[in-house]
Amino acid sequence: MAADIYATTDLRAHVDGLFLRKKLIALGLPLLVLGYLVYVFFAFDIMGLAQRARMDNAMTLAADMVSYKTHVTRDNRSGTTTVAIEGERKGQYPDGHLPDWVRMDGGNTFINLGADHQVTFMTDGSLLLRVPEFGEITAKMDGRSVVTNLPADVPNWINLSKTRLAITTDAGRISFTRNKTEVFNYAPGWELFFFTFDSPYYGAGILDILFGARIDPDRMNIAGALADFWHNKMWSHGQVAWALFETLLMAFLGTFGAAIISLPLAFLAAKNFTPLQPIRFALRRVFDLFRGIDGLIWTIILARAFGPGPLTGALAILLTDTGSFGKMFSEALENVDGKQIEGVASTGAAPMHRYRFGVIPQITPVLLSQVLYFFESNTRSATVIGAITGGGIGLLLTQAMITQKDWEEVTYYIILIVLMVMLMDSLSGWLRRKLIKGE
Amino acid sequence: MAFVEGDFRAHYISMTKRKRLYGGMLLSFFILLMVSGFMLADDRNAAGFWDGLTQIFDFPAAVWADTAPKLDQLPGHIATYFPALVETINIAAVSTLIGAIFGTLLSLLSTRGLARWPRAIPIFRRSMDMMRAMPEIVIALMLIFILGGGPVPAMIAIAFHTTGALGKLFSEVNENADLKPVEGLSSVGASWFQRMYLGIIPQVLPNYFSYALLRFEINIRASAILGFVGAGGIGYELKNAMSWGKGKFDEAAAIFILLFATIVLFDQLSSMVRNHLSAKGGH
Repeated sequence: MAADIYATTDLRAHVDGLFLRKKLIALGLPLLVLGYLVYVFFAFDIMGLAQRARMDNAMTLAADMVSYKTHVTRDNRSGTTTVAIEGERKGQYPDGHLPDWVRMDGGNTFINLGADHQVTFMTDGSLLLRVPEFGEITAKMDGRSVVTNLPADVPNWINLSKTRLAITTDAGRISFTRNKTEVFNYAPGWELFFFTFDSPYYGAGILDILFGARIDPDRMNIAGALADFWHNKMWSHGQVAWALFETLLMAFLGTFGAAIISLPLAFLAAKNFTPLQPIRFALRRVFDLFRGIDGLIWTIILARAFGPGPLTGALAILLTDTGSFGKMFSEALENVDGKQIEGVASTGAAPMHRYRFGVIPQITPVLLSQVLYFFESNTRSATVIGAITGGGIGLLLTQAMITQKDWEEVTYYIILIVLMVMLMDSLSGWLRRKLIKGE
Repeated sequence: MAFVEGDFRAHYISMTKRKRLYGGMLLSFFILLMVSGFMLADDRNAAGFWDGLTQIFDFPAAVWADTAPKLDQLPGHIATYFPALVETINIAAVSTLIGAIFGTLLSLLSTRGLARWPRAIPIFRRSMDMMRAMPEIVIALMLIFILGGGPVPAMIAIAFHTTGALGKLFSEVNENADLKPVEGLSSVGASWFQRMYLGIIPQVLPNYFSYALLRFEINIRASAILGFVGAGGIGYELKNAMSWGKGKFDEAAAIFILLFATIVLFDQLSSMVRNHLSAKGGH
């Protein structure tokens, strides 16, 4: 018989057929993937996207992430001039402590933007600007319109309209309107990250703070510096730390709360512990339902009831994960070894004891490993959920992004989020190894 | 002689007691952490837990009240939002695909014994950790600022995270791969790419596929959520429908149904396929 089936020609045909199938799959699968990508290319309108992309936004973003700008502003109504980091009141230079590139003399303000770019705010409200290889530009207000010495056709780095003159050079930006004259000077770094101007520790080096003489007579150097850092008004490190903690709290409460709720339910949904089929069936559908109503929908429903805050996020995670854990735990329970339970039962143990000593030790490593894995991934989800419900670091992040100017703060938050998630990742990995392998 | 029965018994009991003490301490610490955490979260929330609990069905009831009189329009709404749903699924599918391709590459480059440049393994590992740690929303929001709304920011953001997540899982699979085919291939002078494509990929493909499927399911949820923060698809439509406010939740109801049905469908489908794969013993 065997010789009949595997006659040489038959075998050959069979193998040829197999090879043909393999070749078809080897060619067809990449083609299928390619075809799908081409479809998506058109469905997502990638061509149109290239035109819509705002590369200037990208430049602003990249530049703002690693630099800060100082605004020199003259209010043309009152005639007062202020110098402030990012133009914020909290970052205003105190009187008499101007950066070395700004000099006030009488009513005039001299600004040296570097690379031979000079700006002067004159006492009479006019603006004098010296640009190398271009010459001097003067501008003043005549009634409601801007009058300059510029020719009719200006280079493209100057934007002149009836009410506004805007100049962008490599050294900085200048804007002149009826209400105010403003100069933006860019410099690398995150200014005021540690201390704001109102702190006595501003400008002090780390060594001065640690080992130097007491800077603020009322406080210990280290305690005072830490307090001022924590309450930094520009960067509000204390608030950011709270927000990070809130995000972690959401993930912690949600994940472990879900684990506590779903463990008893999983026993009821497992074939070998609950002989009643209707109960099992009903519970499994409940798990499917909770999983199917996605975290997004839960978040929306719960936000209406509980309002914004970390509790809402925690409950949204809890409800979604109850579905996932219920399913996973009941599957783990169905795979337990019956022999250990029998062994415990043979000593005359009551059902509760059978579960405690026969089942729990078997499933604990699997369950804990899954729960820790979820905890880690939920720290990430909690960031997104926080952005929707309004809690934790997700809220700070979206707020900073919506203003579209505090990109250095966005960068700061992103770095912190990534560090937090990586920390949770290694922590949960370490715990899992410790618990499961008992290393 | 050292283990006279009494000694042995006392020793065993004292050990059990100590174990119980540690276990009890750990448990009570955990309970304390949960309770205090809950109270803190409750305190920092706008509305308290117990007040909110009574209102939990208010929103579903409002949605139902708006939908019930216009039940005949529901199929129409579902048809209207179906293209948005397809976009959400497409975002998830493409980002899983791209993530799987780059994840494969990164995982091969960071597995001992397979890596093209063994010294660079830590670099690839760290970069995968970084990609995995980056929440999708961060990249999505930044790209929305540059590229404007639409599906592409979400796609790139999810693909980036997926690359890191799948890369790690894939490299765990790679570690169990048999190296003999690779040795055989290198003995006949195959290049690194050929060794991987012909020697490793056929071994690991079923496991890769199973993980990618699981990821696809997760990515559908992620793409719906990202839509809600402005990145296109069904989530974006849901946000709009929600903003119509009370009395006009019938469109939101249609989106809820679509989203729920999709997630359940893919959840069941992927667990069916994965069960089938593991029943075959992963080849």
